[in-house]
Amino acid sequence: MVVMRSTRRGFMAGTLAGAGALALPRLARAQAERRGGTLVVAADGEPRNLNPALIASNGVFYVASKVIEPLAEMVYGGDGLAPRLATAWEGSADGRSVRLTLREGVTWHDGRPFSSADVAWTAMNAWKPLQNLGRIVFRDLEAVDTPDARTAILRFSRPVPFQLVRNALPALSAVLPRHLYEGTDPNANPANARLVGTGPFRFAEHRPGEFYRLERNPAYWEANRPFLDAIVYRVMPDRGAIAAALEANQIQLAAFSAVPLADLERIGKVPGVKVIPEGYEGITYQLTVEINHRRRELADPRVRRAIAHAIDRDFVVDTIFLGYAKASNGPIPKFDAQFHVADLPGTPFDVRRANALLDEAGFPRGANGTRFALRLLPAPWFEQTRQFGDYLRQALRAVGIDAQVVNNDSAAHTRAVYTTHEFDLAVGSPVYRNDPAISTTILFQGGLPAGVPFSNQYGYDNPAMNAVIDRAAGAVDAAGRTAAYRAFQRIAAEDVPLVNVAEFTFITVARDSVRNVANNPRWATSHWADTWLAE
Amino acid sequence: MRTVRLIARRLAAAVPTVLLVVLGTWILLEAAPGDAADAYLAQAGGGDAAFVADLRARFGLDLSGPDRFAIFALRLAAGDLGTSVVFSRPVAAVIAERIPITLALMVAAVTFAAVLGTLGGLLAGARPGSLGDRLLSTAALALLAIPSFWLGLLLIRWFAVQLGWLPVGGIRTIGGAGGVLDTARHLILPTLALGTGYVALYLRTLRAGMVDAWRADHVRAARARGLSERAVVWGAVARPAFLPVVVLLGQQAGTLFGGSVVVETVFAVPGMGRLAYEAVAGRDLALLIGVVLAGTVVVIAANLLVDLVMVRLDPRIGAGDA
Repeated sequence: MVVMRSTRRGFMAGTLAGAGALALPRLARAQAERRGGTLVVAADGEPRNLNPALIASNGVFYVASKVIEPLAEMVYGGDGLAPRLATAWEGSADGRSVRLTLREGVTWHDGRPFSSADVAWTAMNAWKPLQNLGRIVFRDLEAVDTPDARTAILRFSRPVPFQLVRNALPALSAVLPRHLYEGTDPNANPANARLVGTGPFRFAEHRPGEFYRLERNPAYWEANRPFLDAIVYRVMPDRGAIAAALEANQIQLAAFSAVPLADLERIGKVPGVKVIPEGYEGITYQLTVEINHRRRELADPRVRRAIAHAIDRDFVVDTIFLGYAKASNGPIPKFDAQFHVADLPGTPFDVRRANALLDEAGFPRGANGTRFALRLLPAPWFEQTRQFGDYLRQALRAVGIDAQVVNNDSAAHTRAVYTTHEFDLAVGSPVYRNDPAISTTILFQGGLPAGVPFSNQYGYDNPAMNAVIDRAAGAVDAAGRTAAYRAFQRIAAEDVPLVNVAEFTFITVARDSVRNVANNPRWATSHWADTWLAE
Repeated sequence: MRTVRLIARRLAAAVPTVLLVVLGTWILLEAAPGDAADAYLAQAGGGDAAFVADLRARFGLDLSGPDRFAIFALRLAAGDLGTSVVFSRPVAAVIAERIPITLALMVAAVTFAAVLGTLGGLLAGARPGSLGDRLLSTAALALLAIPSFWLGLLLIRWFAVQLGWLPVGGIRTIGGAGGVLDTARHLILPTLALGTGYVALYLRTLRAGMVDAWRADHVRAARARGLSERAVVWGAVARPAFLPVVVLLGQQAGTLFGGSVVVETVFAVPGMGRLAYEAVAGRDLALLIGVVLAGTVVVIAANLLVDLVMVRLDPRIGAGDA
C-alpha cells in the first residue's frame, strides 16, 4: 500500500519547495479505485442555512459542496482552476462582460435539465442580492444573457476585472435550480434545508444534532463518479470523542482540524490513521491583531509598529500552531503567488526597537513599568485565536503595555468589535478567498458603516489606501490590477493598520482506507466525486 | 383526598413559577451582549451593511425590546412557542424532537443511580463503621469526585476504542435497522457517565439517614419488641432514611434534565442540554424559553411525583393540611 504518511516536516518542506507548482501528494494511485462504501466523517457543527449560493462559508461548503456545484473548482497546478458546471470562461477586454460556456448533459437531482437559465437566475437573484460575498463581487452585475442553453453572459454596468470574477468562481458561484426557487423567497425556500443540486451526491437526510446523509447521484454528469455510495456527516461536538471515534474506525475522516493539534502526534502513530496537512491552501486563514485606531495611543503608527515588533512570529508558529502555520509578512498569504509580495519591509521580533518606538511616540513607562493599559479581545473562533490572545498579553507586557484579556462568545465578540467598537486590540482570523477584493481589502478600506462584521471597523481611514483599493477595483487588465494590489501591500506594511501574524490552514485526520484525500486546494469544501474507500 | 389537595396546591404554585422563569430568561438573554443577528453573522462569515439590516428585520430584531417581549408573551399565552431563529423551525417541533431522548437518558441515569446507590447505601447503612461500610463510603467519595466528561472520555476509550463493544456516540446506528435496542445500546455509556456521580450521592445520603435512624427511639422500641435484625433494618431504619433520598431524586430531576450538557456533548447525544447551549450561543430567545419551560414542566412534574411518594412513605406528610 502506497499511502503517503505526511509529517509536519514533510508539510513544511513541501510548501517551502513548491510555492507555485505545489508538489503535493497524489494519494495512492497504486490501487484501482473501488466503487461503493459509506464514508462517515465528523462534523463539529450544523450550519443554519445550508445553501451555498446564499451563504458562502466553509461550514456550509463542507456539506453542501457535494450536492450543489460551483462553475469551477480550484486545482493544484495549471492555471489553478478546473471546470465543474462551466467548461470555459472568458472575459471581454472592456471588463463589461464574462462569457461562460456550460457543461452539457447535466441534470438536477430531481431529473430536470440544467441550463444557462439556472445560472442567470442564481446570479441575479442569489449571488448579487443575497450572498454574503457575492454582494461585493457581483454588485455591478446588470444582467445575465442566455443566448442558448449552454451559454451565459454576465453583463456588468461598470468594468469589473475578469481576474476577480475568475478568482471568485470556486467559492461564490454555486448554482441553484431555478425551477424550485423562482417566485419564492430564496431565504425561506424549503430547498435550503433539503438541497437540490447537480453534484455527485444527493441530499438524503438531516437529523438535527445527529447527522447529515448524502447518497450517490447515479445520474452524475461525470461518468463512473462518484465512487462512494454515501457520505454521512456525524455531528460530534466533542473533539476528544472525534479522535476516539477515528481510532475506533467509527468515523473515517475528520477535517478542519477537528482533532486538536496537540493530539496529532499521538494519533498519527495509531496504525491505520494518517494526518494530512494539505488540501486547505485555497482557504488559508490569517491570524491578525485588529487595532482600534480610535484609541489615542493606537492612532500613532509608531505604537502599532511597536506592537508588531513585540510579537515573535516564530514562537507563535512553533508553540501555538505546533508548526502547522507560517509566519506572515502582510495581508496576502504566501500561497497566492498571483499577488503576494515577498520583500515587504517587515516588522521582525525586536523588543528593543518596540520599546524605542513607544518612547519616541511619547508613551514612557510609568512608575510600575507600564506605559498604558488596553482591552484585548481574542476571537473565540479557534483554540489558537484564544491562545494567541494569552501570548500577546505576555508579549506586550515586555514592552510596557498592560493588555487585559476579555473573553466573549461569538455573538458578544462580533458585537463588541464590529458594531460597538468596545475593544482596543482584538485577535482575528479572516479567511483569504483567493482575491484581495473578495476577502481582504474590506479590512483596510475606510468609511465603512458600523455593524459590518469582519471588515475595517478599526477607525483606519487613509486616503492613499482607499485610492489604491479603488484603483485596483476598477483595473480591468490583470497586470495593472496585480500592480495595484502590490502597492496595496506596501501601504499596509507602512501604516500597519492591523498586524498580520501568521497564516494557517487546517489538518485532516483520516483512516488509511480513505483515498484521494486532499487532492485539491479546497478539498474539504469541494465535490469529493473522486474520493473512494479501500477495503 | 390528601393527594388531590396536594396536587391542586402544587399546580397553583406552578403558574407564577412559570411566569417568573419566562421573564427571567428573557431578561438574562437580552442582557447578554450581541443578538441573534450577531451570532448568525459570526457563523456565516459576515455580510455588508444592507445584509445585516435585512437579517435583523427577518429575525424581528428591528423592534424595541419591550415590543418584542409583548409580541412574544401574547403568542405564548395563546400556546405558541414561536419560531427558532437557529433552526428556522417552530420551537415546539425542535423541542419535541429532543425531549424523548433526554427523558430516556434521564430516566436511565436516575434508575441506574437509584438502584445501585440504594443497594450500596443499604449495605453500608446496615452496619455503620464496618469494613464493608468503610469500603463503600470511600468508593462513593471517589466516584463523586470524578468529573462526568472525564469519566465519559474514559468510558469511550475503554469500551469503544479498546474493547470495541459499544459505539463512541450518537443515539442510533446510521443506516442501520434502528429500533429501541439499538438506541439503548448507544445510551449505555452516557448513562454510566451521567449516573455514576449520583450513585455515590444516593449511597451517601441513604447511609447518613440510616446512621441517624439507628440512634432513634423507635429503633430501640422495635428491638425491645424482639423484632429480628432484618425487620429492624428494613422497617425502622431504612424506611425513614429513604425520605431524603426521594427528595434528592426530585431535586436532581432539574439538574439531570438541563445539566447533562457535558455528557450530551461528549457522547454526541442530541438532547435538551445541548439545545439550551445552542440557544444561548445563537441568542435564540424563543428557543431558550421553550427549553426552559420544558425543563420547568419536568421539574414540577418530578417534584409532584416525589411528593406523592413521600405521602406514602411518611403518613405525617400532608395529613394536617399543612
